[in-house]
Formats: sequence, C-alpha cells, structure tokens
Amino acid sequence: MTDLLANLGLGFAVALSLQNVTLCFLGCLVGTLIGVLPGVGPIATIAMLLPITFGLDPVGALIMLAGIYYGAQYGGSTTAILVNIPGEATSVVTTLDGHQMARQGRAGVALGIAAIGSFFAGTVATLLIAALGAPLTRLALIFGPAEYFALMVMGLAFAVVLAHGSVLKAVAMILVGILLAAVGTDLETGQERMTFGLVFLTDGVDFSVLAMGLFGVAEILRNLDQTETREIARARIGRLLPSLADLRQAAPSALRGTAIGSILGILPGNGAVLGPFASYTIEKRLARDPSRFGRGAIEGVAGPESANNAGAQTAFIPLLTLGIPPNAVMALMVGAMTIHGIVPGPGVMTKNPNLFWGMIASMWIGNLMLLVINLPLVGIWVRLLKVPYRLMFPAILMFCSIGIYSINSLPTDVMLIAAFGVFGYGLIKFGFEPAPLLLGFVLGKLMEEYLRRALTLSRGDALVFLERPVSAVLFLVAFTILAAALLPSLRRSRDEVFTEA
Amino acid sequence: MRRALAIGLLSALAAVSAAADTYPQRPITMVVPFAAGGPTDVVARIVAEPMSRALGQQVVIENVTGAGGTTGITRASQASPDGYTIMMGHMGTHGAAPALFKGLKYDPAKSFDPIGLAAGTPIVIVAKKGFPAQDLKSFIEAIKAGGPSINQAHAGVGSVSHSTGVLFDSLTGAKPTLVVYRGTGPALNDLMANQVDFMTDQIVNVAPQIAGGTIKAYAIATPERSPSLPDVPTTKEAGLPGYEVSAWNAVFAPKGLPADVRAKLVAALATALKDPGTTKRILDLGGTVPKDAEAGPDALQALVEREVARWTPVLRSAVEANP
Repeated sequence: MTDLLANLGLGFAVALSLQNVTLCFLGCLVGTLIGVLPGVGPIATIAMLLPITFGLDPVGALIMLAGIYYGAQYGGSTTAILVNIPGEATSVVTTLDGHQMARQGRAGVALGIAAIGSFFAGTVATLLIAALGAPLTRLALIFGPAEYFALMVMGLAFAVVLAHGSVLKAVAMILVGILLAAVGTDLETGQERMTFGLVFLTDGVDFSVLAMGLFGVAEILRNLDQTETREIARARIGRLLPSLADLRQAAPSALRGTAIGSILGILPGNGAVLGPFASYTIEKRLARDPSRFGRGAIEGVAGPESANNAGAQTAFIPLLTLGIPPNAVMALMVGAMTIHGIVPGPGVMTKNPNLFWGMIASMWIGNLMLLVINLPLVGIWVRLLKVPYRLMFPAILMFCSIGIYSINSLPTDVMLIAAFGVFGYGLIKFGFEPAPLLLGFVLGKLMEEYLRRALTLSRGDALVFLERPVSAVLFLVAFTILAAALLPSLRRSRDEVFTEA
Repeated sequence: MRRALAIGLLSALAAVSAAADTYPQRPITMVVPFAAGGPTDVVARIVAEPMSRALGQQVVIENVTGAGGTTGITRASQASPDGYTIMMGHMGTHGAAPALFKGLKYDPAKSFDPIGLAAGTPIVIVAKKGFPAQDLKSFIEAIKAGGPSINQAHAGVGSVSHSTGVLFDSLTGAKPTLVVYRGTGPALNDLMANQVDFMTDQIVNVAPQIAGGTIKAYAIATPERSPSLPDVPTTKEAGLPGYEVSAWNAVFAPKGLPADVRAKLVAALATALKDPGTTKRILDLGGTVPKDAEAGPDALQALVEREVARWTPVLRSAVEANP
C-alpha cells in the first residue's frame, strides 16, 4: 500500500510538470477533435503526429499520444450519439440507445452521461492499473486459445440479445458478419478466400470501412427519405446536462460497465471489444423493463460507455507489463515507444519507473481534462444537430472518405464504404439490425483464429474446450444465454425481452 | 478525361525537367508496405527524419499495407521514377515474396533502382522458459526427437517469423507442428504462457521478454553477438553456422531514376546512416547499421539477388508441404 502511494506520488510528480500537463491537454484536445470527425481515427492521427514527438522526451511524447488515444475513444462516442457513426468497434453499442436519445431531443443528456460514466470508469481503471497491473497480467497467461475461443462464443451469444427485432434476423446478421470476416487471405495456408481475384480484398474487409458504410452512409440515406424525424430533433434539444434522476438511474450501470470493461481490457487477445457488448447485454437482462432498450434507455449508454473507457485504459496493462499490444492503436504505441528507445515489456516498470507511473498518473489527469473539455462542449456538439442536412451530410461523407483513405491509402476502401452504405440501407429497409452483423464481423475473425489454433495445439481433439475449466465455464454461460433465448418453455419471457418490433 | 490526361502528362514532364538539378522541390513520399508502428515502419521513420534534413525536403511516410507488404511495393514500383516516390523494402517483399505470391507484379531484382540498405534486424531463436535444453545443440536434438509433438509458432505465411522459422526447420531437419498467429504479439504471449514451444523472430520483438526472463533465447543468427543481448551466443558459436539471417530493411526507388536524382538519394541515405543520433536509435532497438561493404546500391542489388535465390526453394517446398 505504501509502495502504491509512493509510486503514484512519483507518477503525479512526473505527470504534473507544466510540460507534461500541457502535452496531456493537447493530446486530449486533438484526440477529442479527431474522435468527433467521423472517419479520422486515432491510428492515422498518432501515426501522423509521431514525427512531431521526436523532439520531446519520451515520457511527454507518450503522455500526449496516450491522450490522443483515449481522447479519440471519447470523441468517438460523440459521433455515435449525434450522427450514428461508431468510430471504433467499441462504440457500436452506443449508437443503439445513444442515437435514439439524440433523436428524442436528449442528445445533451446522452453526451453528458457518456462523459461522466467514462470519467468514473477512467478513474477506477487508473487505480486498478496502479494497484494490480503486474499481478493481473497473470490472468492474461491463463487465457490460451481455447479460452479465447470460448470467450468469443459467449460474445456471439450476447449478440443475439443485442438485437431488438426477431431472433432469426439477428442470427442471420451475425452469420453474414462472420462470413464477411472470412474474406481475405487465409493465415495458415496463404490461400485467398472469397476475394474473387480482387487484389484489394486479399487482406479482407477493414472494420472501419464496414462500420462507416453500414452505419454512417446508410444512416444518411435513411435520413434522406424521412425528413420529418429530423424536425423533432431540431425543435427540442432539451436540457444539456443529465438531471439527478438521470444520474441515479445510470449510476449502477456505470459501475457494472466499469467492472466488465476493466476485466476484459486486460486480456491481450483484444477482449476489450467485448466490453461494451457485454455491458449492454447485462443491462438489458437486469432492466425491469427491457423494452426501453433500443429506444433511448440511459442505462444503455452509461454501461457500455463506462465499459468502453475502462477497457481502453486497462488495455495498457498488457502493453506495459507484457509488451504485447492488444489492438492496432496499442501496436502503434509500441512503435512510438521503440522510436523513443523504450522497449515495452516486463522491464518498463523497473527500468523506466518515471515513464510507467507518469503515464498512469497522466491517464487520470487526462480523464479529468476530457471531462473539463467535453462538458462545456456538449452544448456546441448538440448545436451541430441543427446544421442543415445539405451541409452536414456532404461534410460527413467527405470526412469519412478522407478518414478511410488515410488508414491504408487505398482508393478501393472509399468505394467499399459506398457499397456497404447501400447494403446497410437495404438492411434497414428490410428490418435487419446492423449491430449484430458488426459484432459477428469483429468476433468472426478472432473466433476462427482461436478455434484453429486451439485445435492445432490439441492435435484435433475438440474436447479441449470442455477439459479446460475457464473455457468450460465460458461455454456454459454462452449456452445458458442461448437456452434462455431459444428454449420453448422460456419462450414467452424471451419474447418479452427481445421482441419490441 | 482527355483534359486529365493532358494535365497528367504535363505534370509528368514538369517533374522530369524539374528533376534535372533542382531535385527535390517538394516533399518525397516513402511508401512503407506495413502498418504504422511495426519494425519496418519504425526503421523507416527513424531514417526518414535525417534523410529529410539531408535533402532539404520532408520525407513523408505513407503506410500502404496488404498482402505481406506486396501491395505497397507493387504500387510504389509503378510510380513515376522521379525520385518523389521511394519505398522501404524488406526481406519479405524483396526476398521471400516471389516464392509466396504467384501473381507478383514486380521482380525484386529488376523492377527497382536500389538506393541502399537501411538497417538489419537480427533473428533470434527463442523458446518457452521451461524448455529443458541447455544450449542450441541439445535444443535442436530435442525438437528433432519430438517431431510433430513440438509446437512452433509463427506470425502467418509470408511473415519474417514464418520464413526464418521454415528455414530453421529445413536446415536442422526438424518437423514440428506449425501454429499460426496474427502477428508476433499473440505468438509471444502464447510462448510466455507455455502454449507453444519455440519460434524464430526479430530481436526487436523478443529482446524485452528475453531480458525479463519470461522466455529464453538459444542463439542469435548474426555473425557477431548483439549488444542488446550480450549473453546470447551466435548461431556459429552455438553450432548452426548455416543459419545466418536478418530481417533487413532497404530503400528502393522505381526503376529508371535520373542518375543525379539517384545519386542525391544514395548520398542522403548515407548521410542519414552516419548521423550518430540515427545509428544510436537503430542500435538501441537491437538492429544493425550496414557496414561499409554492405552500404550503397550495388551491395543492395547483390543482397536482393542472394536473398531471392535463398528463399525461393525453401519457401516453395514449405508452402507445397502445407497446402
């Protein structure tokens, strides 16, 4: 305990120097801005800003880059709520209820609760990293391929709960998502699958391309054929900050979301993507009136947003303690660290305590800054909803195109957004939900990998999934969720839970 | 359309005439065929900065990823040879690719004007912490005796860990089960968690774990020991002299560069590699800076030809054995 305090003291001493506070603020500000611009993601931004940090000392540079990362996570929720475009896999869930709230004139409340929930989650996650970072990495090593596969199966079971239309349609969407994930070069053999000889498909479909098309472009198309809903959003913007009653309603969800997000974020196999989905599922199950979900339930924003931010924070644990980046942004952080001559890994904590604890302390400062930056900005963001369509839509499309192009520099990616946009519009028209598709897509790729790896290691013996205790428990949970959804005896209650159409 | 063509031609002409003695007049794009943050990208960004200073124009990194790096190299090889598009090639794109990608649209030895080697990243043979063998010799014996019960990790067909791993197997005669990962990170995680037995990979990726004692190293595949891992013997010392391999990164330009432009690029890279700050960055990563005999375009051309000849038979037979 005294160690912890001494370490945190060292961290704050480093992070609170004038230079580092300024850098942290800059990072958060830039991050928020690029997060709000649909399409321009943290990966492109951090890569572009890397050379600028050459002149800084490593601690300051990494504090700024980390600020961009969680700032962007934060800003990404803003676009999810306001214009229904998830910037990252983790903000997909926020579109479900957040955007509904915005359409009901409660955009300010949604943004406010997302900001407050994220700040709370960030605070808890920072403490968690400080206190338990090192021992928790052992959790990561318990998770082998079999356990990850079981975790992904559980994730897909969540996807069924996610939908608020018919279960059949949700399952169909999940399968389409998994199918889309299978496009590209097979990892093990180098053979191409479903690429139709097209070069730009050899590496599969990019998540941001799919998300931007299915959500962003499709949402614009949908809005174009029903102008009247827009008038409602325009007429009443409502109160800007959540009321006490809102806070009381959202608090337990934020707590649960934080716990779930923190745990999943620690897993190096990109378990963090599951956090918001898991949190949403749990909130919907626990709710007295689940039918409110998908129609602007505040718990459906508070829980997943907290989970999202907690996961974003704890994702630094595998990076700082094992040297293993759990996602693409963290991989970029590895690059940034190596450029500054710091090799991420088990040695960082002992060799560069300034850096390690300084970064952790800066995370909390950064979260505080995000709250300070974002709460006053809520009014401005909400006013964005008043921008006329003829200006807003071309702007969104332009930013999406620039953003996508900046990731891989491939013109075909831009065309793919358009194609998925039309596809997504068709889905909306036929009453299919895009969210389960996206989850299927995210998990499909990982699932296949882990399944094949687990079976390679067990020499083809499928019993490995049941023999390993963690994997067996996860399968049991997945099975229970599915059984609750599908068994005829529970049919009636399931219909109450899932069907709101 | 016609107008666009005319403008295109005009600008191409302008570029050629501008190339004469005023090169460079605008920023230069360096295509990096891998994602930002990876080992090749890091080397490119380290080298681009002093090159920018030497050339008096910014060298801008553009990451064009896909198909084991061949997407970016294909595109860069088709750019106009005016010195404004250069690329960071790699052991995979300019050595292993012809064996792995049937429809490859470039020839590593013929489609480029080589500029020079930028940095080498030694390969290290690493195993899980609990692997019983004490040295490389007994390690090789153990994995040969284990046959398919031994698990070897790699980061996907075409990755450095795959090519160098397959070469290791063919040299030693070991026939382990190959376990595939998407990238080195997850592979390392499973090595630390004792899920797999061994792998071969770039020193940048494995040095911190070796230093931290979470995995163990049997040998480094360079002629001399690395200052980052002074206790790890070279393959020659440890009894596998044929296994000398490095994931090298080198600067190339599309074929047909004007001679003076090429000379300026060669000189800029040479100046960059003499910059003490730059070499220190590369060495800190565990990388190697080219020696005099390895530097420059002619040495690079020879290296590319040697590498293609070395990887083609090994990788062809490995890919055919595992369809």
